[in-house]
Amino acid sequence: MAEGYKLSPTRPAPWNDPRWRGALWQILTLALIVWLAWHAVDNAIVNMRARNIPTDFSFWNQPAGFDISQTLVSFSSASSTYGRAFLVGLLNTLVVAVLSIAVATIIGFIIGIARLSDNWIVARLAGVYVEVIRNTPLLLQLLFWYNAVLKAMPGPRESISFPGGIFLNNRGLVLPEPQLAPGFEWVAGGVLLALLGALIFKVWASRKQGTTGARYHAWPVLIGLLIVLAGGAVFWQGTPVTFTLPELRGFNFTGARINPEFVALVLGLSLYAAAFIAEIVRAGVSAVPRGQTEAGEAIGLSRGDVLRLVVIPQALRIIVPPLTNQYLNLIKNSSLGVFIGYPDLVQIFMGTVLNQTGAAVQIVSITMAVYLVISLVTSLAMNLYARRIALKER
Amino acid sequence: MFVRAILIAAAAGAALAAQIGAVQAQAPGSKTLEQVKARGFLSCGTGPGVVGFSMPDDKGVWTGLDVDFCRGIAAAIFNDPEKVKFVPLTAKDRFTALQSGEVDVLARNGTWTLSREAELGLLWVGVNYYDGQGFLVRKKLNVNSALELSGASICVQQGTTTELNLADFFRSNNMKYEVVAFATSNEAVKAYDSGRCDAFTTDVSGLYAEKLKMANADEHMVLPQIISKEPLGPAVRQGDDQWFNLVKWTNFAMLNAEELGVTKANVDERAKSNNPEIKRLLGTEGDFGKALGLSGDWAARIIRHVGNYGEVFSRNLGENSRLKIERGYNRLWNKGGIQYAPPIR
Repeated sequence: MAEGYKLSPTRPAPWNDPRWRGALWQILTLALIVWLAWHAVDNAIVNMRARNIPTDFSFWNQPAGFDISQTLVSFSSASSTYGRAFLVGLLNTLVVAVLSIAVATIIGFIIGIARLSDNWIVARLAGVYVEVIRNTPLLLQLLFWYNAVLKAMPGPRESISFPGGIFLNNRGLVLPEPQLAPGFEWVAGGVLLALLGALIFKVWASRKQGTTGARYHAWPVLIGLLIVLAGGAVFWQGTPVTFTLPELRGFNFTGARINPEFVALVLGLSLYAAAFIAEIVRAGVSAVPRGQTEAGEAIGLSRGDVLRLVVIPQALRIIVPPLTNQYLNLIKNSSLGVFIGYPDLVQIFMGTVLNQTGAAVQIVSITMAVYLVISLVTSLAMNLYARRIALKER
Repeated sequence: MFVRAILIAAAAGAALAAQIGAVQAQAPGSKTLEQVKARGFLSCGTGPGVVGFSMPDDKGVWTGLDVDFCRGIAAAIFNDPEKVKFVPLTAKDRFTALQSGEVDVLARNGTWTLSREAELGLLWVGVNYYDGQGFLVRKKLNVNSALELSGASICVQQGTTTELNLADFFRSNNMKYEVVAFATSNEAVKAYDSGRCDAFTTDVSGLYAEKLKMANADEHMVLPQIISKEPLGPAVRQGDDQWFNLVKWTNFAMLNAEELGVTKANVDERAKSNNPEIKRLLGTEGDFGKALGLSGDWAARIIRHVGNYGEVFSRNLGENSRLKIERGYNRLWNKGGIQYAPPIR
């Protein structure tokens, strides 16, 4: 022992080397997981084949044969496929998610700021809203909105009529159906050009303010451009859009319609998410030190400008990460629309299509993958935004 | 310590793998009857509450045409109609439950179609109720025919042939409509009741049942048109012919009993009859039960505990029930209907 003793360490044998051993265990664990996963998939396929459950995706191009109440792209039971039904469901999910997120964010910010208001009644009302909404189940709220919206409305023959050919009944909100006139592209082009011009001016103005401190407002430029470009196009080409007024024919009005299912779902989802967003906003604003507000007031900013230019930008850094969570929750919660008859992805694809084709494993996997992708994209976008507004330390 | 943790994990993995293997071994071709006997009860897939077909009553006892069918199978196997576990299934997951072996038989007013047999790998044992899809409307709409429904909003439960029939009907008659589909029948009926839809559509038997639940049943009516053939019947998995025969002949035995006038009340007395057809049915002549894997008095047990088809129908759907649905097509073939069972011999 004493004779072979050296001061400089020798390499231990591989089985005694912690690095080797660690790698070996990792490889073994990975192999076990891969083997289990493979076995599970293989087992599922073998058993599905034995039970005559379809294992491929050939149903995708088969005709669907059923109808859907709300379709953003053309869909008919006569010629559309299950794949098309998937697209219809996906778009319906997306439109509800996007609209609800926008509405929830607006309401959430208003309520959140209102909770911090010096006005006792406003602050208390906002507090009651948050406590009531976030402490009752969402499904219950959806059913409430759907049944409350429906039950309060009259039938089509007793519709409430609004000026401009708008009717409200228990089949939804009926609007005049827009028809695009031939000169539509010119007018649309004019509006786009005006927006682009105003945007360029805005960039120039903020650069100018950065260097000289002089402020130029962009909105008079926008209005001016709109009058000149879009107004000119209308003058030259005539009205771009004509409206066909709704007409009571048979059971209901003809014309464009917004279904009560859609309204109830957007209302329920956004009011629910808004309660959580309000708390996030309140936390974010409260976290901005009082001194920042005082500093803003000291340089003569108005109260609105203090909030807009000093407090909110700093609060956003705290608000955005938990806000992302709420957006993701909202997107996933939109699948509850199935209970109030809203034809979203889950209702159409995982409901009707699954039942007609029997391809349960494929359809559930696709649906899960879609929600995963939507959520990851949302989260990616929010993370990029969070990085953009993050404190730049130099 | 670390090594021991790994060993435990490996053992758990192996156990899991063994379990997966075990599931795989239980192929659908295996003997359902033996499994049922070993288990001690029949696992019967039923509806989650369809009046007249499968519905727990106020004491929690399942009643209905489909329920009685499963009780009949249990009576034939165990001589005890209570040895059934009823598994309420939604329209969406009923076939998966049967395919995966969760239930032995699916008696859940399911429509017999080609795709369900050939693609889903199921077998229908017969028709225990000839139904068809119809419409429920409010009387004040003044609609007397389904052909006057152009432009109507129609509430429907999603994921059934009902949606397809509805689309086919309106397409073939060049009529427009708006479909509002709900996950459950309850939600669809509620939406119809609250005025969201002009009509609610499902099989006529279901319409009568839903009509009973409405606040004012008299304000609603079932339109006379039937837009589809809906032969409802129990189904089993493919691959076990013995079980298929047993379930199929349970249905036929109940029909034959009605035809021969054998009822729950007189079954023991009629067993002494000289009529050879009755003797073969009740097992006092020949040994037909053995071929099914049962005892000779299998059919007598069914009738003693559950009754013949006519009794079951009248108790659950017909004149002795709240629904009061006409026998119609479901009369026996010699009484003007189309219910016809092959002979037992």
